[in-house]
Amino acid sequence: MPAEGLLAWSWLLIALPLAGAAILLLGGRRTDRWGHLLGTGTVVAAFVIGLLGTIQLAGLDKKSVGVDLFTFINVGSLDVRAGLLFDPLSAAFVLLITGVGALIHIYSIGYMAHDPGRRRFFAYLNLFVAAMLLLVLGNSFVALYVGWEGVGLASYLLIAFWYTRPAAATAAKKAFIMNRVGDVGLALAIFLMFSQLGTTSYAGVFGSIGTLAGGTITAIGLLLLLGACGKSGQFPLQAWLPDAMEGPTPVSALIHAATMVTAGVYLIARCAPIYDHTPTARTVVMLIGAITLLIGAIAGCAYDDIKKVLAYSTVSQIGYMFLAVGLGPAGYVAGLAHLYAHGFFKAGLFLGAGSVMHAMNDSVDMRRFGGLWKKLPITFVTFSLGYLALIGFPFLSGYWTKDAIIEAAFDRGDTLGYVLGGVAVFAAGLTAFYMTRLMLMTFFGPPRWEEGVHPHEAPPVMTAPMIVLAVGSVGAGFALVRAFPLGTWLAPVFGEPKETTHVLAPLTLTLVLVAVMLLGVGLAWLFVGRREVPVIAPARVSPVVRAARNALYADTVNESLFMRPGQWLTRALVFFDNRGVDGAVNGMAATLGGSSARLGRAQTGFVRTYALGMLGGAVLVAGALLAVTAG
Amino acid sequence: MIAAPHLSLADLAPLLFVFGAACVGVLVEAFAPRESRHPVQVAVALVGTVGALVSTLFLAGAHEVTAGGALAVDGAGLFLQATIAGLGALAILLFAERSLDPARSAFVAAAAVPVGSPRDRELATSERVQTEVYPLATFAIGGMLLFVAANDLLIMFVALEVLSLPLYLISGLARRRRLLSQEAALKYFLLGAFASGFFLYGLALVYGATGSVQLRDIRAAATAGGTDVLLVLGLGLLVVGLLFKASVAPFHTWTPDVYQGAATPVTAFMAACTKVAAFGAILRLLYVGFGTSEWTWRPLIYGVAIVSMVVGAVLGLTQTDLKRMLAYSSIAHAGFLLTGVIGLGPGGTGSGLSATIFYLLAYGLSTIGIFAVLTLVRDGDGEASHLSQWAGLASRSPVTAALMSLFLLSMAGIPLTAGFTAKFAVFRAAIQAGAWPLVVVALLASAVAAFYYLRVIVLMYFSPPSVEGPTVGVPGLPTTLVLAITATATLALGIFPGAVLDIAQRAAIFVG
Repeated sequence: MPAEGLLAWSWLLIALPLAGAAILLLGGRRTDRWGHLLGTGTVVAAFVIGLLGTIQLAGLDKKSVGVDLFTFINVGSLDVRAGLLFDPLSAAFVLLITGVGALIHIYSIGYMAHDPGRRRFFAYLNLFVAAMLLLVLGNSFVALYVGWEGVGLASYLLIAFWYTRPAAATAAKKAFIMNRVGDVGLALAIFLMFSQLGTTSYAGVFGSIGTLAGGTITAIGLLLLLGACGKSGQFPLQAWLPDAMEGPTPVSALIHAATMVTAGVYLIARCAPIYDHTPTARTVVMLIGAITLLIGAIAGCAYDDIKKVLAYSTVSQIGYMFLAVGLGPAGYVAGLAHLYAHGFFKAGLFLGAGSVMHAMNDSVDMRRFGGLWKKLPITFVTFSLGYLALIGFPFLSGYWTKDAIIEAAFDRGDTLGYVLGGVAVFAAGLTAFYMTRLMLMTFFGPPRWEEGVHPHEAPPVMTAPMIVLAVGSVGAGFALVRAFPLGTWLAPVFGEPKETTHVLAPLTLTLVLVAVMLLGVGLAWLFVGRREVPVIAPARVSPVVRAARNALYADTVNESLFMRPGQWLTRALVFFDNRGVDGAVNGMAATLGGSSARLGRAQTGFVRTYALGMLGGAVLVAGALLAVTAG
Repeated sequence: MIAAPHLSLADLAPLLFVFGAACVGVLVEAFAPRESRHPVQVAVALVGTVGALVSTLFLAGAHEVTAGGALAVDGAGLFLQATIAGLGALAILLFAERSLDPARSAFVAAAAVPVGSPRDRELATSERVQTEVYPLATFAIGGMLLFVAANDLLIMFVALEVLSLPLYLISGLARRRRLLSQEAALKYFLLGAFASGFFLYGLALVYGATGSVQLRDIRAAATAGGTDVLLVLGLGLLVVGLLFKASVAPFHTWTPDVYQGAATPVTAFMAACTKVAAFGAILRLLYVGFGTSEWTWRPLIYGVAIVSMVVGAVLGLTQTDLKRMLAYSSIAHAGFLLTGVIGLGPGGTGSGLSATIFYLLAYGLSTIGIFAVLTLVRDGDGEASHLSQWAGLASRSPVTAALMSLFLLSMAGIPLTAGFTAKFAVFRAAIQAGAWPLVVVALLASAVAAFYYLRVIVLMYFSPPSVEGPTVGVPGLPTTLVLAITATATLALGIFPGAVLDIAQRAAIFVG
């Protein structure tokens, strides 16, 4: 139904941050003094609009509101009308993006206070928020694609924010290129939809997807999944996400933990009507999720860089979400609830890590931390709450949302269900292990600080958002699963939640999970907490640890499978281009130039030559005409 | 007793305006005092051309044959007359420019004085100017207007001579490089006389075959017995005479020399107006006189179109003088125009006529514009037309470089310029008439020719300026006006061509 009231103004959600980005980028130095306030203001305003819009949406009978904007492309049979779709799913994302986004903008005021590029930073952040909102609000795959590329660009710009550091520049390039692989998948999926269905709008595609052959739907599903894997750092495209931590920490919190990397989950949830027709693609989604959550958890155990541990944790947790949305109707709500809860506690954890780095002169090496709980009490408390939420400590956020996913996996009831559930339980234990290790190395034990480091608590402008997020970490899970069930809110999108018969009694599963979690915590205490942490990472380690330290050789695999052949191909193409194409082009140019010079000699300047030429031409004309007439 | 033919004076208004202005110009030359002659001549010529332009607008929709069958007043003819009159007025404005040359005119003070004589050196720096150029040009414009309206081969021949003789003369009137200019005039005259001979011989053969010089009688004869050798030979020779005027290869050889030698405003006039007039006559001759036997001339036009495009594109590559380069460009464009002529289509159903007359308008505007830019860039010896002198011009005079780039892009047929719309129209017409191989050649030739247009842009923007570079003059009101009009029109016809294409579509009809 067409939008009325405030919802008709929902384009402002995108326009405000976009205007902020434009003003900050075009305004130049003039906006240096107040640019960060403007940038924060636009996002806070967007949050307020989003909140009021959601409240209005809640009161409507038909919970799907379209906002027509303008005709974007109209060529031949391709008619792309730019428009927005405000429904419970996009509303949920709008609130997450603008809410967490606003908090992180506020935090950044403190975090980037002394950075000379602060204005540029807020401009990029605004650009990101605008693109991300377009991604979730667009009413067609083309709008989604524009937003998709927009967040990719913002992510690239922000990872390389400190572009003078080679590591940051490389990481940004890596992120961009690996994302491109996924983007090609998404683009091909859209092309396929258009060629087969003649439309790219959600309504058109979902309405007629059932008319296609099964193989085509599976192809679309798998191509969409490739896109989702690129953006969300899922196997086999996961390697860029940990490297993306070269960007400023608020960026890691907002883009590479809470929002952008969950775009893949959004895409698959949004395309539920497509996956309903293709069990094959849905199973692949599930498997990808399971593989990734395990890889992320294993790699998280071995790193000493606090942000990289959190990054692998993100990879792993998004794996849980993919597993959930791959489970089909049983898992959508669980996956999205986890996405929401994760948005809170992972953003909080990253902000906490940022606060620690702020205190430790931007060091990220956990081997040089230790004993910080006394020096950074607020950070310690908020971080601990995020930690407990993440490992699934009873009655905190992760407990409600992650357990629901594992439960849904077991509820498949078949062998695959048991295998996936088992993997998820095992990874939950690993999660408890690596996060406890991180806590112990950072906040407990004797200080192993480098000289000249004087830890201090961050200013209130930074701690306040951390506190808000910590509250979310504690309460979001209960709120979304029990108090205001997300399933009811999303029912217009995914259908009413069904009563399912559980394979394992819920209490049994809960007890198992708590036991596994405690086991993980205990092992971490045995290996890390009890002993002294060496300042230099030990070199002689078992093959398992070595493999984990190399993130299960993901980079090596990428290099040998894609980079080297790619380089060979490039070299071959360059050779072909130089010799073949350029040769042909240059040869042709030389031929033309030569014939030009030769023909030019006929232009002698003598009238007699010209007249002779004309006579010859006239004879030819007459001859040709006679030949035509005679023939 | 011979009855006087019916003569509708209203239908002849465009011709009367221009010829009237030309006669008044001769009287002004004889009676007006020398100091007031120049402004009066300019005013008279402008009144004549603009009056002709306006009267064609009033005549729009007319469709009849008058003056005893000698003149046709029809949509296509009026569209071409309006184009010629408009472009002619712009050319007159370029003639009238008095602030660029230090001696205040591009025309010689006394053409009869031998080059290099003491008197010549004395006059070279004086501000005296030969004002005969205005009535001469007006007569030429009158001849062109008559040329595209002639429905009778004799009238067509008279018009051909009326437009040609003044052109030969004004080619020789350049103030700078006078020997080059006079050489150009002589060459143009000799070859033009040669071409007129072909035309006249063709006329005689056609008369011999059909017993008439009227196009409608020729059409009837051609329909009845199209294989008559005399008639076919006559057609061939008539076409040769017209192709010469349109500078189509292999009858193009005069073009580079004359374009280079004549004063630049004269070159602009010739390149734009003569092209329109010649193609108008070709279209009328082929569509009206031989429209029913198009299978006879189709292979011929096909062939010369290819030769002209290839010669224009390839020979243009090695030119180092901008005016010569533009001459080859005009030869290539003549080939593209013939592509449109091919688009007549079976039974006259094709869009070839509307596409070709639109092309003529677009090409004429860009041509006047580009030569107007050429008049701005000067060194001590007149216009700096050598390519190397244009290096790095953009840093010194960004506006000039931008205008030049616009016109060059239009010549190359880049989208959003008039040139693109025009090329698209003629190529589409040719494809609809089934001549796709011709269009393939045309596209390849366009690609080759684009090289030499773009080379100038690259030179202006990406080369370091030469130390003793040319100066860029500040144009007076007339040239500024011309530049503004042509640049706006070139852009407008590229971005919103709909309205004008529509007019061309509705005008595209010859009275039979």
